[in-house]
Amino acid sequence: MTLLDLTIFLPLIGFLVLILMPRGNDELVRRVAIGIAVLVFLLSLGLIGPVMSAPKDFQFVQNTPWIDVMKINYHVGIDGLSMWLVILTTFLTPIAMLVSWKHIDQRVKEFFAFLLLLEFGMTGVFVSLDLFLFYTFWEVGLVPMYFLIGIWGHDRRIYAAVKFFLYTLAGSVLMLGAMIFIYNRAKTFDYVEILKNIQSGMLTFTHTEELLLFLAFFIAFAIKVPMFPLHTWLPDAHVEAPTAGSVMLASVMLKMGCYGLIRFCLPLFPGPAHDCAPWIMGLGVIGIVYGALVAMVQPNMKKLVAYSSVSHLGFVVLGVFTFTQAGLDGAVYQMLAHGISTGALFMLVGMLYERQHSLEIKSYGGVGTPAPNLTTVFVIATLASIGLPLLSNFVGEYLVLQGASKVNMLGTVFAATGPIFAAVYMLWMVQRVFYGKTDGNLHMSDLTMREYIALVPMIAMMVWMGVYSQTFLPAASSQNAEILKMSQDRRTAVADIAKPGQQEVRDAR
Amino acid sequence: MQLWLIPIFPLIGFLINALLGRRLTKPVINAVACGSVALSFLWVLKSIMGAGSLEEPTIERYFTWIASGNFTVGADFMLDRLNSVMLCIVTGVGLLIHIYAVGYMSHEGGYYRFFSYMNLFMFFMLILVLGANFLILFVGWEGVGLCSYLLVGFYFQEKFAGDAGKKAFIVNRVGDFGFSLAMFLIANKFGTLDFGTVFSKAKDMPVEHSAGILTGICLLLILGATGKSAQIPLYTWLPDAMAGPTPVSALIHAATMVTAGVYMITRSQLMFNNAPIALETIAIIGLATAFFAATIGLCQTDIKKVFAYSTVSQLGYMFLGLGVGAYSAGVWHLMTHAFFKALLFLGAGSVIHALSGEQELSQMGGLRTKIPYTFWTLMCAGVAIAGIPGTSGYFSKEAILGAAYAHEPWMFWVGAFTAGMTAFYVFRALFLCFFGEYRGHQHPHESPLVMTGPLMVLAVLSLVGGFLFNIPHILEPNAPAEPENMMLTVIAVTFGVVGIALAYYMYVLKPNVAVQMANTFSGLYRLIYNKYFVDEAYDSVIVHPIEEGSRVMLWKGIDVGIIDRVVNDVGSTSRGFGKILRWAQAGNIRGYAAWVAFGGVLVLIALGLVGGGSK
Repeated sequence: MTLLDLTIFLPLIGFLVLILMPRGNDELVRRVAIGIAVLVFLLSLGLIGPVMSAPKDFQFVQNTPWIDVMKINYHVGIDGLSMWLVILTTFLTPIAMLVSWKHIDQRVKEFFAFLLLLEFGMTGVFVSLDLFLFYTFWEVGLVPMYFLIGIWGHDRRIYAAVKFFLYTLAGSVLMLGAMIFIYNRAKTFDYVEILKNIQSGMLTFTHTEELLLFLAFFIAFAIKVPMFPLHTWLPDAHVEAPTAGSVMLASVMLKMGCYGLIRFCLPLFPGPAHDCAPWIMGLGVIGIVYGALVAMVQPNMKKLVAYSSVSHLGFVVLGVFTFTQAGLDGAVYQMLAHGISTGALFMLVGMLYERQHSLEIKSYGGVGTPAPNLTTVFVIATLASIGLPLLSNFVGEYLVLQGASKVNMLGTVFAATGPIFAAVYMLWMVQRVFYGKTDGNLHMSDLTMREYIALVPMIAMMVWMGVYSQTFLPAASSQNAEILKMSQDRRTAVADIAKPGQQEVRDAR
Repeated sequence: MQLWLIPIFPLIGFLINALLGRRLTKPVINAVACGSVALSFLWVLKSIMGAGSLEEPTIERYFTWIASGNFTVGADFMLDRLNSVMLCIVTGVGLLIHIYAVGYMSHEGGYYRFFSYMNLFMFFMLILVLGANFLILFVGWEGVGLCSYLLVGFYFQEKFAGDAGKKAFIVNRVGDFGFSLAMFLIANKFGTLDFGTVFSKAKDMPVEHSAGILTGICLLLILGATGKSAQIPLYTWLPDAMAGPTPVSALIHAATMVTAGVYMITRSQLMFNNAPIALETIAIIGLATAFFAATIGLCQTDIKKVFAYSTVSQLGYMFLGLGVGAYSAGVWHLMTHAFFKALLFLGAGSVIHALSGEQELSQMGGLRTKIPYTFWTLMCAGVAIAGIPGTSGYFSKEAILGAAYAHEPWMFWVGAFTAGMTAFYVFRALFLCFFGEYRGHQHPHESPLVMTGPLMVLAVLSLVGGFLFNIPHILEPNAPAEPENMMLTVIAVTFGVVGIALAYYMYVLKPNVAVQMANTFSGLYRLIYNKYFVDEAYDSVIVHPIEEGSRVMLWKGIDVGIIDRVVNDVGSTSRGFGKILRWAQAGNIRGYAAWVAFGGVLVLIALGLVGGGSK
């Protein structure tokens, strides 16, 4: 039983405890839930030290048989790439509980239990080193989110929940098929082993097989990211989801897709990943610009932030498929930064909703006068989101574009318009919601103590990540270098065997 | 030398006033706001005194900010002659404006908010000036843009203020787009963003007489500079930015922030020297901006708008100076402009204060005797901007025009003619304000000493600052003195004097002439009065198509019309599946558990089948 195991399973235990608790005592349920979530967060902080000391190796590795017949193992481990994502998850779960404290008054027990189950699934995804285990966690995370949207959502919640479920399921079925195919060849689901065999050339696929396997994984992850044009589930899911659902969805769940791209698509299928890179980067750039432009004309705050996520995550995809150190580092940083800034924005939109019971921008105006502190925090989160230097998102976006400019200047030019449009849609929303004269119908109270406790850590992280990236970047950066090297090496090796004549052409490119 | 202390003082001031300001009394807020800027001014002086001759820049490295592979960006500050001058201007003029604002803002709500933003601005402006690489400069660059946004939109309850703030930020973002692309190219080409390395490598590259990488970088940097320094084509935000409180206009939109582009190009001069196409572009942009903004200034009726277009125009002069290679003359004009333009704005603020918020020239007149300190100090600023011999503006403007003549004589003529227009419209405003009969309905009163004091200091600097601080000599002590061309000086000064005389004739002696002229040339007058309809053109050519296109084509068209329709069609053909899902949801936990078991069995069967098949 390692610290990592504890971090993974404590939320599951919490889930079971909450389910078994008697109905009726909502306050106790809330306290138990947040107690567990905070404990998990504190435990997860213990992961930092060991991982930072050797970020390239998997730490806290646990490898025990799970389903013996299929040689499926409970194989988990954490490295520099996954560590901050795990901590992002454990950091946001208690905060998501805090913002749901009063707002959720129906089936309180189930709600908080599902949040813990969600944490269990998402943490598991980031640390699984067995393909089947990864798939299991992936699906485990899907279910509580489906219920969070479907039960506690707004009016069109069933449509949104089913759309979310079907979209993701369509992707994960493809992924499962690909995993089974790999299993038949490799006789194992073990990620580390498969990777080793692919690297050494012991496990090979034909060109077509490799391409199809890559696409199966890629589509599953691309839906989750979500990448244009597979993004249309996201705005609906966000609009209908309760605040905590939106926060966890945007901040962590989307990162599962991004993480999958880096962890699986790049090192396992380097050939097709390189071959498809120009197309995928193109889609990333389209996502950046398209998401921003569509965000600009949204009349609904949550939809606006949702489309802004499509734009921000376009940067992640772009960065990953530049196959440059800066691009990958920027992508990982953007994942974390987006988790903080967009998470905060969804929390704040939720707080506005609790006060005015509307998500429509036109229902607001002049909020700055009755609620100056809420306004200030919203503006800070906005500034982080539009990539102002010294706040979180700038570092990621800068590095992604820096990396992209090495590979494709034209794409970079288009992508670099993203921050312009980001300023347009965010500041326009800020102006319409917070500035102007106060409408007589507006009854707005300022932040409560509970809301401060939820928001101040978010603001602190925005500043920390913006001012001192060295806390977060090196761990991921060294692991990115490793993945990049694996991907590059293998590709060169394959190219050598397959088409010796084209070697120079590729190098020249 | 602890250069980091320079920006840290205002940052602390910002934090105190922002976090605790609501509970502090006004004297404490004042002390924190002005005191922090005063401390940083003193620390600037101490640093410069202790720095010696500064032939070589002093660099201080604090920590690694961003590192990825072998690309690193440090939080590094530097001190050399160029930014010593800038630091003195920013903290010195900044301090005077902070003190003035104590009086000006005393009746306003959101007092602590105002001063916290002002201190935050000082923090970012000082980072901009101190940064030893492009990215740190960019931090300040974006940061001052943010403060400009916050301060322009200070009266956020008014729609025009919110609009103006947003416009300022977004237009600047367009410039920053160019700036960041330039940084990517620099990092790819030179492997670093450090000024020292980049410029020493760029200096050794061959001069590019046709398109090349340096030209590309420099042109993109120019795009950045046109945004921040309000040049064609991105100048449109600055006149609107006058929606902010007047001390803000003086500090940010006249004396300091808008000169950032001039500073950045001067900083990068070694790179620009090898990109003559880019230099020529700067000269032409500068000259065109100087000229067109001056023509607009002729017809404005709001006192702050007159001075705003005047700022755009004077910044154009600085760009002209840079473009013809007279960097130090450009910086000289930057400094003298900081003196007289800050004074013009603060004086205008004093007038507005005296008239309880009135800004229209038509509601002024005859204030000469009612607010004498304001009148006399503003006159000092007027003669300085008109370039009357001996005043500060005279020295710097002559230096620029002389260099322009050496570069291309026609540029001198346009510049000199524009100087005549400048003298005309500034004195038009001053005469309309202070001479004739009072046309308004307020009870004008002179401002308190806390406001007139800074006015007097700036008046002295406007008169003698150019002579006292010979910037070309400070920046390039070893450069040979330019031979003075008396002929050019006489011509330029004549234009200035004629401008003043014409204004006196049209607005003091024969007030009807102006009205008649406006009627005679009504078409032209309306064109200029409406600022050549550039805002309207931008709106209908760029803003509106993007907004409508996004709404109709992208959102309603592609997103809802195509992608979602396909998804929903797929969904409805498999509606039975949806029903199962709904049933699963209704069944809650137990139903779900059954589902998982079912799914697991399905997977295992699939595994068995496929696995068995391949054996």
